[in-house]
Amino acid sequence: MSQYVAPVRDMLFVMQELAGLADVGALPGWEEAGAELAEAVLEEAGRFAGEVIAPLNVVGDREGSRLVDGKVVVPAGFAEAYHQFVEAGWGGISSPEAFGGQGLPQLLAKPVTEMWKSACLAFSLCPMLTQGALEALLHHGTPEQQNAYLAKLVSGEWTGTMNLTEPQAGSDLSAVRSRAMPEGDHYRLFGNKIFITWGEHDVTENIVHLVLARLPDAPAGVKGISLFVVPKYLLNADGSLGERNDVQCVSLEHKMGIHGSPTAVLAYGESAGAIGYLVGEPNRGLEYMFTMMNHARLAVGLEGVAISERAYQQARDYARERVQGRALGHESAGAIIRHPDVRRMLLTMKSQTEAMRALAYVTAAYMDQAARHPDPAERARYQSRVELLTPVVKGWCTETAQEVTSLGVQVHGGMGFIEETGAAQHMRDARIITIYEGTTGIQANDLLGRKTLREQGKTLLALIEEMRTDTARVGALDGEAFRQLAAAQDVAIKELEGATRHLIEAATVDPRLAFAGAVPYLMLLGTVCGGWQMTRAAGAAQARIAAGETAAFYRAKIDTALFYAEHILPRAMTHAYVVQHGARSTLALDESAF
Amino acid sequence: MKIVVPVKRVIDANVKVRLKADGSAVDSDNAKMSMNPFDEIAVEEAIRLKEAGAAGEIVAVSIGSDACQDVLRAALAMGADRALLIRTEAVLEPLAVAKLLREVVAREQPRLVICGKQSTDGDANQAGQMLAGLLGWPQATFASKLDLGTDGATVTREIDGGLEIIAVTLPAVVTTDLRLNSPRYTTLPNIMKAKKKPLDVVALDEFGVDTRPRLTTLGLAEPAARSAGVRVADVAELLAKLKNEAKVI
Repeated sequence: MSQYVAPVRDMLFVMQELAGLADVGALPGWEEAGAELAEAVLEEAGRFAGEVIAPLNVVGDREGSRLVDGKVVVPAGFAEAYHQFVEAGWGGISSPEAFGGQGLPQLLAKPVTEMWKSACLAFSLCPMLTQGALEALLHHGTPEQQNAYLAKLVSGEWTGTMNLTEPQAGSDLSAVRSRAMPEGDHYRLFGNKIFITWGEHDVTENIVHLVLARLPDAPAGVKGISLFVVPKYLLNADGSLGERNDVQCVSLEHKMGIHGSPTAVLAYGESAGAIGYLVGEPNRGLEYMFTMMNHARLAVGLEGVAISERAYQQARDYARERVQGRALGHESAGAIIRHPDVRRMLLTMKSQTEAMRALAYVTAAYMDQAARHPDPAERARYQSRVELLTPVVKGWCTETAQEVTSLGVQVHGGMGFIEETGAAQHMRDARIITIYEGTTGIQANDLLGRKTLREQGKTLLALIEEMRTDTARVGALDGEAFRQLAAAQDVAIKELEGATRHLIEAATVDPRLAFAGAVPYLMLLGTVCGGWQMTRAAGAAQARIAAGETAAFYRAKIDTALFYAEHILPRAMTHAYVVQHGARSTLALDESAF
Repeated sequence: MKIVVPVKRVIDANVKVRLKADGSAVDSDNAKMSMNPFDEIAVEEAIRLKEAGAAGEIVAVSIGSDACQDVLRAALAMGADRALLIRTEAVLEPLAVAKLLREVVAREQPRLVICGKQSTDGDANQAGQMLAGLLGWPQATFASKLDLGTDGATVTREIDGGLEIIAVTLPAVVTTDLRLNSPRYTTLPNIMKAKKKPLDVVALDEFGVDTRPRLTTLGLAEPAARSAGVRVADVAELLAKLKNEAKVI
């Protein structure tokens, strides 16, 4: 069974050298968030993730959360670990200090989140959904609602859920049917919600549900959906827990992965109606959900990084130990890591994991800049970067995680197909991440439609220019490796630019021609952004080597970037070709011919 | 009651230690460093005594380069009240450490010093004992249980073949064994608070202590690599090998 060792050094390298930790630490109110604090926080979070949460991963998968006599039973150890998690104060890392959080920037919070997700994805979803609920109340709740719920959600003493999906309303939330009937100062809610992550459990004494529903006079479609807060236990006037609300867990889903996380079907209003309180203004619920979408999608993108890291660590450890066959150039049988193809697989995993991590953390730093940069023009510029890159981090990192976790199984050979090894779990757990919080198709449509075509590629073309500047800088460093890196990156950037201009043009002819290439385009942008970050990483490592650092760590950064440039970056050409030439065949086949 | 807890920065216990290519020293250039695990137990014990109302202020002390500030911050984050770094680039022998700690005791006037029983790098298991000797204080080493009164302490020691329970008068030096406690996970709010706790840095020279080495290292060698195992045909062959080759039975 594999251990998880948080890659603290890699994380700090990305934070400091690529994502600009010092710049984030220079923003108002974040003066404490320097390298020293980052290291202390990451070290301790890594220890907690490795020792307390990681051992839950296999147990959670085998036992799963179960519904027994109407009660949700979570896997052994989950409740105890959750209470330790609350005790240690990790839930409030980026929440406002006014409600008991630590108010740290996203650039510090996201690596810590990555650790929980690597350690046990199913467990990590509980604090993640709580975060979503608390942000909804933080941005849109009344002061009374904030006082009633926020401190408990920040500490994690209560957990939160997000109730969007209904059987007929998945990706299309305009089809939401749940109703909210006014009654005095509150509403009575009726309806069924499905796929509610951590929707019911007894780990904490209360659960705060955020629920999308329609008011009686609401217009049809997306502009008629309101947001409500519905506590599992109603609160008395003094804030203590009162009566059980009319919301019941009807069943738990049987899933392909993340078994430890209870995915509930919730029935609201089986008797008198669940008492709920309107959050914000009527009919603006979906809009409120979208304000939190960047955070949630970035968090799911991080799941791609996190589960890839875990799969890589397990495959690497196995490849070092498993003795099988005499590798070329060796006298006797040895560990399979000696075989060139095993090295290729491990490097395909490692290089893409590092590239994804870098892009995710850089995006987190952009979020911090967008929130607190003193210059409004700069805030706006960073915000447009965040909006452009969010669907890329979500879509590309989660899709890449499918390849990485699958290679993790492959490295194990036949043992990988056997559940006891644990390699297969990562692959099964990873399968949901390209789906929830907006499928890859939804991400790609968002990237192409709202983030690219709508502004004629303005933000993206500016990003391409920055990539070119960075690439030229690294290419000018002394050494053949840097010339090679820059040359490969230049080709990929050119492909990206060509594909972008093609799509802007194609959309004016027939939008369907553009959107047929949306996912290949998303993968193209992700692949090239990954190369950009790997090139920057190689440049930063070289600067450290030039300054006298001797650690093999830095040399490995350059070697890994070269592997990415030679093995992964060429995919940009394929993606670009598909974007530019693949639309008509996608659309040609008559529906009846499928 | 004030407690002084010395903490040492060592190569992390999970790192596989290697010698430098020229064999001159252990290669610690790029290794992950952490607080000596026995010292972590010492800090934890001091905090528990404080939480139980048996102790007042906890002062963590380290001797070494500026890098040692990270283990002092870790001690502060666990719950120590303030920290002192005696700054030196030299690697000190246990006697020099004990002499410096004697000076710290003279300044701080604690009633109790809790040390790790040994550091996982040098494995000398001497500094605590030497400190007690220099101070003329009682010592209770290898503690697996510590009950603190106002004038004395009862300490359970792990010895070969069992447990020994001794009483010492205060002030005293106690050194910790592995089973004394399990150090807590540091909380995020405490990591944040630790940044604001006082950490004084004093140059070694200011103590006027002779810390020159008295030992000469003649050589260092890595343990021999473990050789491959052999498969035995039956129990009789196993017994024969244990008896005649390994000579363990």
